[in-house]
Amino acid sequence: MKQQTLASERRSKAILSGVLAVICVIYVLPVLAVVINSFKLNTFVKTDTFALPRGEMWAGFANFVKGMTFGNYPFYKSVLYSVFITVVSTFLILLFTSMAAWYIARVNSTFCRTLYFLCVFSMVVPFQMVMFTLSKTADTLRLNTPWTIPVVYLGFGAGLAIFMFVGFVKSIPIEIEEAAAIDGCGPVRTFFLVVLPMLKPTLISVGILEIMWVWNDYLLPVLVLDIHKYRTIPIHIQYLKGSYGTVDLGATMALILLSIIPVIIFYLLCQKHIIKGVAAGAVKG
Amino acid sequence: MSKKPTGGNSLRRQMRKWSPLFLAAVVAAFAIGFVWPFVQGIYLSFCKFRLIRDAELIGFGNYLTALQDEGFRKAFWYTAGFAIVSLVLINVLAFAVAYALTQGIRGSNLYRTVFFMPNLIGGIVLGYIWSMIFDGILHRYGTSIVENSTWGFWGLVILVCWQQIGYMMIIYIAGLQAVPEDMLEAAKIDGANKWQTLFKVTIPNVMPSITICTFLGLTNGFKLFDQNLALTGGMPIITMADGTSIKTTEMLALNIYSTFYNSKSTYPGVAQAKAVLFFLLVAGLGLAQLAYTRKREVQQ
Repeated sequence: MKQQTLASERRSKAILSGVLAVICVIYVLPVLAVVINSFKLNTFVKTDTFALPRGEMWAGFANFVKGMTFGNYPFYKSVLYSVFITVVSTFLILLFTSMAAWYIARVNSTFCRTLYFLCVFSMVVPFQMVMFTLSKTADTLRLNTPWTIPVVYLGFGAGLAIFMFVGFVKSIPIEIEEAAAIDGCGPVRTFFLVVLPMLKPTLISVGILEIMWVWNDYLLPVLVLDIHKYRTIPIHIQYLKGSYGTVDLGATMALILLSIIPVIIFYLLCQKHIIKGVAAGAVKG
Repeated sequence: MSKKPTGGNSLRRQMRKWSPLFLAAVVAAFAIGFVWPFVQGIYLSFCKFRLIRDAELIGFGNYLTALQDEGFRKAFWYTAGFAIVSLVLINVLAFAVAYALTQGIRGSNLYRTVFFMPNLIGGIVLGYIWSMIFDGILHRYGTSIVENSTWGFWGLVILVCWQQIGYMMIIYIAGLQAVPEDMLEAAKIDGANKWQTLFKVTIPNVMPSITICTFLGLTNGFKLFDQNLALTGGMPIITMADGTSIKTTEMLALNIYSTFYNSKSTYPGVAQAKAVLFFLLVAGLGLAQLAYTRKREVQQ
């Protein structure tokens, strides 16, 4: 009897594993479709979407070359702006919000409580609520270039980051910081030498959330930046459509492939941190 | 707040001296990036204007115009329908996958990696990937995703399922791993079969995860923008009897965006009023979530 149930359990597990493997393959198919169509001549992308790019359909790397120089805006510029904006915004958010969060968690004045409340409140406000006035404000203050847009990201992204950092700071005992203070550390040294190293797991989680947000963000940069001069990758892909009459689907797929390869590599390299960080952000709501 | 050690007090005193260093950057950026745009947004929703400096208070007029806007009302029902359908599908499938992956089968880690992957691809790129796929299929039937609103709806559902199942799956896996082993053991000894164990022991124990995922799914559904813009952009358009045209697959966020930037007949004040209504809706869902989770925590 016992052996029978064990055997049937093993069988059902094998079936389950098989079913999951099939779903897994289906899950990868869209990405595979991007890969095969990025090597296919434009005219065949619509008619033979799921065929391998063989014979007359084969375009080689022509799509990639075309994609890079397509329309009126070079792709490499979009990549550089995307990288710059993502790196600088994430750095600013991590540095300044962790400092502010420590202050808020430890000082607990009326001002701090108000600021914390506003941060939590900002998390339930959808971007559409502020997009018009935010882009006008950014224009007035000359924050409408890739070099200054990180300030806007710091402002709009502060809520979630402060919420997560404050939550973590409150969970670490204040005694360690007090000991540092008694040993003669001022607040600045206490923060950078004692608190910041302890914040490392939250820094990684918040960092990953911010990178994913800024890198993939479309609406904020398209409204804030002057898109004739500055485009990020999502803006570039969205504007391929309008820039060249009818869109070249092969070249579009080539660019999409180029833009998701770094994301997939980044994911495979720090998968554990990414999954943990994204799950930690679930509180955002 | 019960006891304040003296060391902490002196640390606090010192910190206060340094407050500009710790707070100034965030306070300034937060004021520019959130507080001021939010306050000005509320104000402008009550104003008539073309340029912000000419804004003139008109009371609730913009709200009345917004609520009478057929396109906006249609977008609301479309969004609500989409949010509920995608919520149910995503959660049921994500739970099923998470349940399967916690049975200790081989290759679980690989499957988890693959299922989570689409989550990292941005909404615009996702939209174009799937519009290529759907058009590749629909081409054979002489139609396209932008020509048929039924396909537009289900296409978007499939897209967000592909994107978000992996995300919800991660939350469910964490919940399932926290179900006490001895409870499952006890159920087995008492002779419960697999289904009884699932419905009477496992599911009640992962209720917190189900609550989180339900509200996440709902708010994600209501706030969806990039995917909607890139997949159909609201197409196809139908013309009403009175000559106005309505985009049949346009969701709330996209409707607000079009009212702000593509519409010549309405003032930005109307779009801002729509944005405030949208904010109230989304924030209401968020608060309901908070109240509901709090209540459950007390009960347990």
